[in-house]
Amino acid sequence: MGSASLIVLTIAAIVFAGGGIAVAKFLVKGSKNAVKGQAYECGIPSEGSPWNQFNIGYYLFALIFLIFDVELVFLYPWAVVVKQIGMAALVEIIIFLFILFMGFLYAHKQGALKWM
Amino acid sequence: MFSLESITNSIQTWLNNTFNPTIALLFECVIVGVLVISLFAVLGLVLVLMERKVSAYMQIRLGPNRVGPGGSLQTVADTLKLVVKEGLTPDGADKFLFNLAPFLVIIISMLVLAPIPFAKNFQILDINIGVLYVSAVSSVSVIGILMAGWASNNKYSLLGAMRSGAQIVSYELSAGLAVLSIVVLTGSLQLSDIIASQQNGWWIFKGHIPVIISFVIFIIAVTAETNRAPFDLAEAESELTAGFHTEYSGMKFALFFLAEYVNIFIVCSIGAILFLGGWMPLHIGNWNGFNHVMDYIPSSVWFIGKVFFLIFVIMWFRWTFPRLRIDQLLNLEWKYLLPISMLNLLLTTLITIMGWHF
Repeated sequence: MGSASLIVLTIAAIVFAGGGIAVAKFLVKGSKNAVKGQAYECGIPSEGSPWNQFNIGYYLFALIFLIFDVELVFLYPWAVVVKQIGMAALVEIIIFLFILFMGFLYAHKQGALKWM
Repeated sequence: MFSLESITNSIQTWLNNTFNPTIALLFECVIVGVLVISLFAVLGLVLVLMERKVSAYMQIRLGPNRVGPGGSLQTVADTLKLVVKEGLTPDGADKFLFNLAPFLVIIISMLVLAPIPFAKNFQILDINIGVLYVSAVSSVSVIGILMAGWASNNKYSLLGAMRSGAQIVSYELSAGLAVLSIVVLTGSLQLSDIIASQQNGWWIFKGHIPVIISFVIFIIAVTAETNRAPFDLAEAESELTAGFHTEYSGMKFALFFLAEYVNIFIVCSIGAILFLGGWMPLHIGNWNGFNHVMDYIPSSVWFIGKVFFLIFVIMWFRWTFPRLRIDQLLNLEWKYLLPISMLNLLLTTLITIMGWHF
């Protein structure tokens, strides 16, 4: 069927999810009041805004992830051809990973991986 | 012999002989769509019931046993109940993103089903970059989770989404590196090629210790990626009520729930394809009699059996290990799994180049 199947799958997913939600909407007669619309906080009245500050750790981990994810993308084409090229490819990737790993160790030394 | 391959082939020839090519293609599209939707529904029903039954037997109780024979229709009843529940949108929520998130999650998990071979020559799209496609598309699902948590206007949801984001992106790395070790061994990203390379033995047997290490890393990483216990911090009931889908109710909640179980199926089938030979039957050396008996079991049964075995293992984890704290979780990934999987990848490469595997 070729790549057209991806479009078919997307449409099928939209039909499936949209159909379910539409049927539910058709069957249910909901009512709306002030208490119902509040954010759920285990029954007590909700307090303050959810837009609080949160731990910077999440951000740091996302940054380090970015480095390694790009590395992973570079590794995919390498992994396909390494069998044919042989030892030279292995040496090159060891150098590549070594440089990246130094960056990772630096981040670790700076305390980026420590959870406050 | 009876096989899914011959059924699809006969349907295709019949369609092409009866209609002109455009209409035949259209019919094929409709058939694929209907099949995928029913696969989704059946997977959801079966896996939720299996989860509840497995949990029950691990805790020495019976589990659902009222609706249908042995409780087999319990999930149908639950789904019907969810359909008639009101779908609330909280005040202050970003309505567009709030409604878009379940669609996104479902679309992603349906798209990842495309390159998976369910039986011999039975897959929707035999794409030549299968492994890359799966890891690329499935990593988009974290956006759906972040979107749901961000748009809900709820502290629990936001915190759960943030945790989930940090966790999924972290464990994606070691899952990717574990998958790469198989790509190095086979030299191909196409899933059908990877299965064909396991004709004379599955990689977990052929590949010595490095492949076993990457299999273990893969299982740990995908357990974390699908937000399963012991890594279910994103929806830790005792801390965050339900995590990123706290504010979802009715059908939208059901869609999140369904996507979660389908994702478990997907990662387990990827594990089965890469390490356990996909639909390849178990062959032992030159035991010809045994090998012939194994060949008589249909390839789809082999595939489903392996996948459900891995799913059972992941459900088993839930009742064996206590939940990790977020700092322990990130330490496990960044300080242990990532360096180990990198070294393991290099070791696998060395073994491949020197030809030390079977």
